[in-house]
Amino acid sequence: MKKLAIVGLSSLLSTAVFAQNNNIGGTITGNMESTFQYLNEDSLIGANQPAEKGLLNSYMNVFYRNGNFKAGMRIESYLPRIQGYPNQFDGTGLGMRYIGYENDFIDVTLGSIYEQFGSGMILRAYEDRALGYDNFLDGARVIVRPFPGMKIKGVYGYQRFSFQSGRVVHSDGIVRGFDGELNLNTAIESLKSKKLKVTLGGSFVSKYQKDDRDDLILPENVGSYGGRIKLRYKRFTLDGEYIQKEQDPSADNNFNYNYGHAALINAGYTQKGLGILFSAKSVDNMSYRSDRNKTLQDLLINYLPSMNKVHTYNLVATLYPYATQPVGEIAYQTEILYTIKRGSKLGGKYGTSLNANFSTAYGPKRNAVNQDFSDTTRVMYETGVFEMSDSLYWRDLNFNVYKKFNRNFNMKLSYFNITLNNDVAKVTDNAKGLIHTNIGVAEVNYKISTKHSIRGELQALFVKPKEDGSINDNGNWATAVIEYNISPGWFFSIMDQYNYGNPSEDLRVHYIYGAVGYIHDATRITAGYGRQRAGLFCVGGVCRFVPASNGLTLSITQSF
Amino acid sequence: MKKLALLLIGFSFTFSGISQEETETHSDEGKQLPSVILTDMEGNEVNTADLGFDGPVIFSFWATWCSPCKKELNTIHEMYLDWQDDTGVTLVAVSVDDERTRNSVPVYVNGKAWDYEVIMDPNGDFKRAMGVNNVPHTFLVDADGNIVYSHNNYATGDEIKLRDELYTLVGLPIPK
Repeated sequence: MKKLAIVGLSSLLSTAVFAQNNNIGGTITGNMESTFQYLNEDSLIGANQPAEKGLLNSYMNVFYRNGNFKAGMRIESYLPRIQGYPNQFDGTGLGMRYIGYENDFIDVTLGSIYEQFGSGMILRAYEDRALGYDNFLDGARVIVRPFPGMKIKGVYGYQRFSFQSGRVVHSDGIVRGFDGELNLNTAIESLKSKKLKVTLGGSFVSKYQKDDRDDLILPENVGSYGGRIKLRYKRFTLDGEYIQKEQDPSADNNFNYNYGHAALINAGYTQKGLGILFSAKSVDNMSYRSDRNKTLQDLLINYLPSMNKVHTYNLVATLYPYATQPVGEIAYQTEILYTIKRGSKLGGKYGTSLNANFSTAYGPKRNAVNQDFSDTTRVMYETGVFEMSDSLYWRDLNFNVYKKFNRNFNMKLSYFNITLNNDVAKVTDNAKGLIHTNIGVAEVNYKISTKHSIRGELQALFVKPKEDGSINDNGNWATAVIEYNISPGWFFSIMDQYNYGNPSEDLRVHYIYGAVGYIHDATRITAGYGRQRAGLFCVGGVCRFVPASNGLTLSITQSF
Repeated sequence: MKKLALLLIGFSFTFSGISQEETETHSDEGKQLPSVILTDMEGNEVNTADLGFDGPVIFSFWATWCSPCKKELNTIHEMYLDWQDDTGVTLVAVSVDDERTRNSVPVYVNGKAWDYEVIMDPNGDFKRAMGVNNVPHTFLVDADGNIVYSHNNYATGDEIKLRDELYTLVGLPIPK
């Protein structure tokens, strides 16, 4: 009897423990990616063989959720890191971990935190594994939703800087942030049915870093604050955000004591078959890092979106890309997408899509007030919001037409006219000043049968010669891509980038790269072999330089 | 010692009971839709775990800068009405565009006259929770929130495989 009681009791106890969570056992999700490279020496294109010959990057995320409880972690491994990955990565170890509790009212997290306030111009902690970018905050976060439509967030933590000998290395300075957002139409009963939708938000972020200079009196706490508004009225939208940053002397701004600002405006109109967008941005002295001595992409607290289209065709995307100049720029963009109706004369049976996009960026106008470095204020210039100079940084005019001719055949034609100021947004050592390019791309898709299809791309890039008539940068390029797909499992592709216009005849090289991929549900295995050109590799506005390479790349990704 | 053994037996009984229950309620992939709070294109909050659809749901992760993603969603767009009529499916297009291109999302969605539900994941929270490495990544979820099929790629013809999985899920014969 006693024994039975013990069995019964232990049984009951363990059930009770589990019964607290209505979802017994919880759920586990995650993903992994592993990339292996074996590289050859190829002196013609400047590709080096690393001493180890073989390189391996891997990571795996695991997320656990049980009722209101959540936890997650990531193991990272660089043995050693693949080419072009940030050089502060080596070893194997825990790269990210958190635990948390969440219900409709409160959400608390301890550990590694990804977060964004508003458009991110004041605070954005995020990751981009393809680039090796990860600036999460290691600390605590609380999100409170006191009533429907209202959300208040608070974060506190040290930023992730790098990953050395299998351990995360943190920033010197600490970051603290608070953000509130109120959706008026959700919060206030009488506004629920109104056609005008209004959302208001406000943020405050502050960083602390010890004064590490003897010659300057540095502010140890640097605050940044701003507000935002989102308006929707029928088919019209209007968003705006304004952020001001207090005196933040840093390596980026030559230790000046100016205030900084970032302003962003987006206006849009959409209806079925038509979309129009107009955006404007003004940025001055807005690099905001948890360590004032860092540069490039290190330890940024905020994110300044670059205001131009993200291009996908190889020659357009990687040769002359542009990223926001955090030190200062005024930028404008407009985009139109129109689909000509099905069945009309121009639209044909399937409709025809037309897309045009224009973006430009200029340097801010700065009125020098003080060129004297012995002056103790160290306020170097004055500038206003949207006050621009005539110094062109970037201009991109592009359009494309997409037409489906019949069930099996479609085509897309694109044209790009791009001007980049290489003195400001440097992408090459072989050019000075403005680089003008014209690029044309034709893409065709042909469906052979239900499962078999073929895709081809032809791209040509023409660089305008220098004023003396000589070839600018590396001259003209042409690219051809052929891709054969067998749905849903296989793809085969070959790409040839040919630098036929290079000023040096020896360097008129074919960069040929072939790839094979096998996809089974959420598993993806790819193998590629060939030459890859040196260039800027950009995802979502952040870029890293990838050196030229020649060799084998194997990659596996898996979700679960 | 004996007591300890009995204690263990007691525990193991309950565990086996639990694991059985799990296999019964979970689908092949054994993955349930995680709960993440995001916003739609209008700025209204949406919890991914209780979107509240009656029928099956397709989650398609995409971005305005991802050509295969757009190709997939434009291809499905032409068949979507038929799929909806037959299976009651809802397609949720999850945009992973960040601030740089987020504002182009409504331009593209309406410019292409899509009829999908669109939700915004600008900082990759839902993408992370779903274990998405790169876009396009498409999930088929049953009405109870169980993920029954996923595919990380798009090539012409993949929409047929997705359609077949969808029709099989609701117990309809696969269209010719």
